[in-house]
Amino acid sequence: MARALINVPKQAKRGDVIEIKTLVSHPMETGYRRDSMGKAIPRDIINRFVCTYNGVEVFRADLFPAIAANPFLSFHTVATESGEIKLSWTGDDGNTQTETVNITVV
Amino acid sequence: MTEHLTTRRQFIVVTGGLIAAAGIPERGDAQSIGGNAARNEAAVARLEAAVRELVGESPVKAGRIKLDIPLLVENGNAVPLAVTVDSPMTEADHVKTIHIFNEKNPQPNVANFHLGPRAGRAHVTSRMRLADTQKVIAIAQFSDGSFWSDSVDVVVTLAACLED
Amino acid sequence: MTIALVRTLRVPGFVCLCVAALAATAQLTATMAAEIPAAERRSGYDMMSRETRAMQDDDTSNPAMFSVLEGETLWSTKAGEANRSCADCHGDAQQSMKGVAARYPAYDASRRRPLNLEQRVNVCRTERQKATAFPPESKDLLAITSFIARQSRGMPITITTDRMIEFAETGRILFHRRQGQLNLSCSQCHDDNWGRSLAGSTIPQGHPTGYPIYRLEWQSVGSLQRRLRNCLVGMRAEPYENGSPEHVALELYMMWRARGLKMDAPGVRP
Repeated sequence: MARALINVPKQAKRGDVIEIKTLVSHPMETGYRRDSMGKAIPRDIINRFVCTYNGVEVFRADLFPAIAANPFLSFHTVATESGEIKLSWTGDDGNTQTETVNITVV
Repeated sequence: MTEHLTTRRQFIVVTGGLIAAAGIPERGDAQSIGGNAARNEAAVARLEAAVRELVGESPVKAGRIKLDIPLLVENGNAVPLAVTVDSPMTEADHVKTIHIFNEKNPQPNVANFHLGPRAGRAHVTSRMRLADTQKVIAIAQFSDGSFWSDSVDVVVTLAACLED
Repeated sequence: MTIALVRTLRVPGFVCLCVAALAATAQLTATMAAEIPAAERRSGYDMMSRETRAMQDDDTSNPAMFSVLEGETLWSTKAGEANRSCADCHGDAQQSMKGVAARYPAYDASRRRPLNLEQRVNVCRTERQKATAFPPESKDLLAITSFIARQSRGMPITITTDRMIEFAETGRILFHRRQGQLNLSCSQCHDDNWGRSLAGSTIPQGHPTGYPIYRLEWQSVGSLQRRLRNCLVGMRAEPYENGSPEHVALELYMMWRARGLKMDAPGVRP
């Protein structure tokens, strides 16, 4: 779907609260704009973002057209154990893009 | 004050009163920023309906959540916003969701963030679009079922040099 | 003053040029007094809000970085009949492209005129890679120029007008010329009224330190030329053609006017 920039610490101490920052390349077409011929440009946005940590959902966001293009999201999670943090973006077309980062928790 | 809300009008008055009573002035005082006095009725109705869908008959108190958004935006296409909630984020006492609403965009919803005890800290940032000068509202729902809110009046102007 | 003299003189073309060129050197020096003094020179980055600066500072939150990443991929992608990538000749961009964007537009000896970075990339593309030129403002061209400009981040603009004095002088004239329905010159806003407000926006000094930029108004990345077209349209003046001599002359003058300021590409601007 799109390029994503993700910032997750590679390593953390157990119990630390870490910040995860994400940026995904997407126009977030609102559906309210018109082209030069006056025709409405159909809505096409990322409407859902999910973050799972070793399979458990730790953060979820429902996004609406009011979210700016190239959506940026930052949130926190507790570093509980080493493993995989998965970040998924789902578009209006139903397609989901998932990126995986590994984290080591000591 | 924990009034049960019945009519639409009462909702606005009570919320406004609560914000004042709690001693938390609405940041970006409405009267001093021109244009807010004549708020679009339809937009307010849409906003209220969206908030009501979230909170039902429960009261919404001002406080505990802080909405950080510039008072005068450089460009309405990308307005940074941050929400922070004062909460220990334990299993017993945490923020479940944060809903962001706006007043004058075509739709009242901006984003809903679903947190929980795994979050560690209730602090989320993003960037939103603002079509016009308007109020942005953040409502946090806690694990005990209570709702707390914050709102900011944001001024939006057009860029000086446009594409066409 | 010198240019007015040339116009009324009605002398053969080459004499005009000589007069202009001779006077130009003096002119460019003489108008240094009208320039923003070096101590007061500030880039658009310094003059924008804390939030927009934060958006630029963090590579994870700067949407222009997508363009840089695409450029990085293109840099190593073989192209054209020659089946060559930029890397094949230029190696590691972090070394070879360091400081390049900070000294462009630069003189091209074979063409005997300055080329800006976009034109230089397309010269390589057509002559070395034997591929078709990237169209103006195309995603690929912006990606390559973003990637190259990124390699100059933090470096001071070190433009020279060596062998390009007439072009710089033309740029200076264009910058100071009143034009369009509003009869405004670039200089009136960006030399005389920078720092003041124009309809809620702060007027910057107009230095091209961050290009290509992610402009919030566009919600996408664009070149200096695109931004200048916005200015001209905003002034209700006729925009210059893509790649026109006016654009390059203006860009050269603007970079010279910004000398010493640090590059901060790829920038975010309102």
